[in-house]
Amino acid sequence: MALIELSGITKYYEMGNQVVKALDGIDIEVLENDYLAFIGSSGSGKSTMLNILGCLDKPTKGQYHLNNKNVEGMDPNELSEIRNLEIGFIFQSFNLLPRATALGNVMQPLVYRGIGYRKRKEMAMEALSRVSLGDRTDHLPNQLSGGQRQRVAIARALVTNPSILLADEPTGNLDSQTTVEIMQLFDELHAEGHTLIIVTHEDEIAHHCHRVVEMKDGKIFTDSKTESASAFASAKVSS
Amino acid sequence: MFFALIESFRSALASIYAHGLRSFLTTLGIVIGVASVIAVISVTQGMSSFIGDTFASLGSNSLTIQSYTPIADQMKGIRARLTPEDMELIERRSDNIASITPILYATRSSQIKYGSQTSFSQIMGTTYAYQEVSQSYMSVGRFIAQSDDATRRRVVVIGDAVRENLSLPDNPLNEYVEIGGEWFKIVGLMKPKGDIMGFSQDDIVFVPYNTMRSLQGNQARTDIQIQLSLSGTAVVENVVQQLTSLLRNAHDLDSDEDDDFQIQTAEQLMETFDTVINMVTIVIGGIVSISLLVGGIGIMNIMLVSVTERTREIGICKAIGAKRHHILMQFLIEALLLSLLGGLIGLAIGYGLGTLISNGIPGFPPASIPLWSVALALGFSGFVGVLFGILPAAKAANLDPIDALRYE
Repeated sequence: MALIELSGITKYYEMGNQVVKALDGIDIEVLENDYLAFIGSSGSGKSTMLNILGCLDKPTKGQYHLNNKNVEGMDPNELSEIRNLEIGFIFQSFNLLPRATALGNVMQPLVYRGIGYRKRKEMAMEALSRVSLGDRTDHLPNQLSGGQRQRVAIARALVTNPSILLADEPTGNLDSQTTVEIMQLFDELHAEGHTLIIVTHEDEIAHHCHRVVEMKDGKIFTDSKTESASAFASAKVSS
Repeated sequence: MFFALIESFRSALASIYAHGLRSFLTTLGIVIGVASVIAVISVTQGMSSFIGDTFASLGSNSLTIQSYTPIADQMKGIRARLTPEDMELIERRSDNIASITPILYATRSSQIKYGSQTSFSQIMGTTYAYQEVSQSYMSVGRFIAQSDDATRRRVVVIGDAVRENLSLPDNPLNEYVEIGGEWFKIVGLMKPKGDIMGFSQDDIVFVPYNTMRSLQGNQARTDIQIQLSLSGTAVVENVVQQLTSLLRNAHDLDSDEDDDFQIQTAEQLMETFDTVINMVTIVIGGIVSISLLVGGIGIMNIMLVSVTERTREIGICKAIGAKRHHILMQFLIEALLLSLLGGLIGLAIGYGLGTLISNGIPGFPPASIPLWSVALALGFSGFVGVLFGILPAAKAANLDPIDALRYE
């Protein structure tokens, strides 16, 4: 049984009296421990795809099964719960709470799970250590570099131990050196058994992944597996 | 639920602290509102408890009987009277009385002169028993004696305000003052009693009862007031009933006629004052409460701004799993805390203000804050916080996560 199963997913937006088909009949399966990239030009529907995968948005038509749960027909509160339990988000602009410390940010999703302060702190510290930020826990986001902020965001996504990690242009705001570090971290997480889905327009990032899905006009254009990714990454780091 | 509450408190406190100045300005409306309510209440309640004490010192077991004529009868020229015979009757027939004294008010003139100074004072003819009934004390000299009354001596006991008004020396004994064309020797000066609601209790002159009667001429129309104090074991209500039937008999009143006299107890007087003061408290308090309402609108305004400003944060929280009630609670508690904080600060300022007012104005009783006013102020500000916090909080809770995340 696949971790994610989409069948006939369509998403229409109405702009004035014009109907825009952001997604037009998507069928895709994502298996556990997949390392998948959605690529495509802007307007191809990959962001809408991510929103629907992340249960932030509802499709106009079609079925979405996430970890054997049918997401269709859930109310906003149930969707919140699914996001909290099953999904870890990593955003291009990090989306950290500006007034909370690194630790506070990582603890936040556990608040909504009803976990007590001590336990929360323990879990958050562990997650921060995992992304090598164990010594930066009391810093506010604006006291951290871009790469460090993205690590905090990754720790926040990891701390709930979700079924999938969804990353939306995770390196879009980072320089090339930091990009390499973050991608290495992703590679490691994949090796540890996490399922990663990355939306990107950078071919380099996409080639890290073991499966690349190219989208065009709201449809899946190509869906191919690559094997050379790891070699590419190590070559880049050593140079 | 409880857990969510604690977490909301945590984040609300953090947010209030993070916007220190803004939080303070937001809550200023509540601070001012609560402070004024508390100041008003503390001053009036201080007054009320002071009056209570004053009446208690008058003796809660003292009674005043005076004649009473309805206005309709007054217009027909009928006047009810209380006569010296009535008093003798009461003295003879009632055994609960510790002491009893008549009071005869000067009807023709209340002018009193000393040298070139003139004062208009309450002039009362009374007996030695008055001192006991009214529990007044002498500053110098003596009160009216039995022999003064018996021999209709021209002596006078004055209150401290009279001494001041007439520019009499500090020890005015053996000075002579002129009342109604007659000369009176001062034999005593009363200890000052202070004011009740701005009316001086010291602007008062006592002459012997019989002296006053002889000065008034027309004996047939004498209308006296009777003051009496009860013995310790007497029950006030019973005595009032007894006196009523006694006087009704003496005045030949039929059962369908109203009393032509009034019996007032010190308690009744106190209740009257209390009613007035409570009315004042409620009216002023009500007017001032409007400022609390204005304060609440201020909080709503800032909370709405805060929701807009934090739209993106709300989006993030929703993306990582916040449910509707998490967000609702967070903003509601923030509004509640803001206004409760204002309420507390206002309470402190109001108390200070009340104390300042009572200390600053001479003769004003000390401020007192009853517990109910504290509960009321905090309860009301909390209510205002919830009332005006709901709209912004609901707005935040209903935000769509995608829209909120995209918000710049």
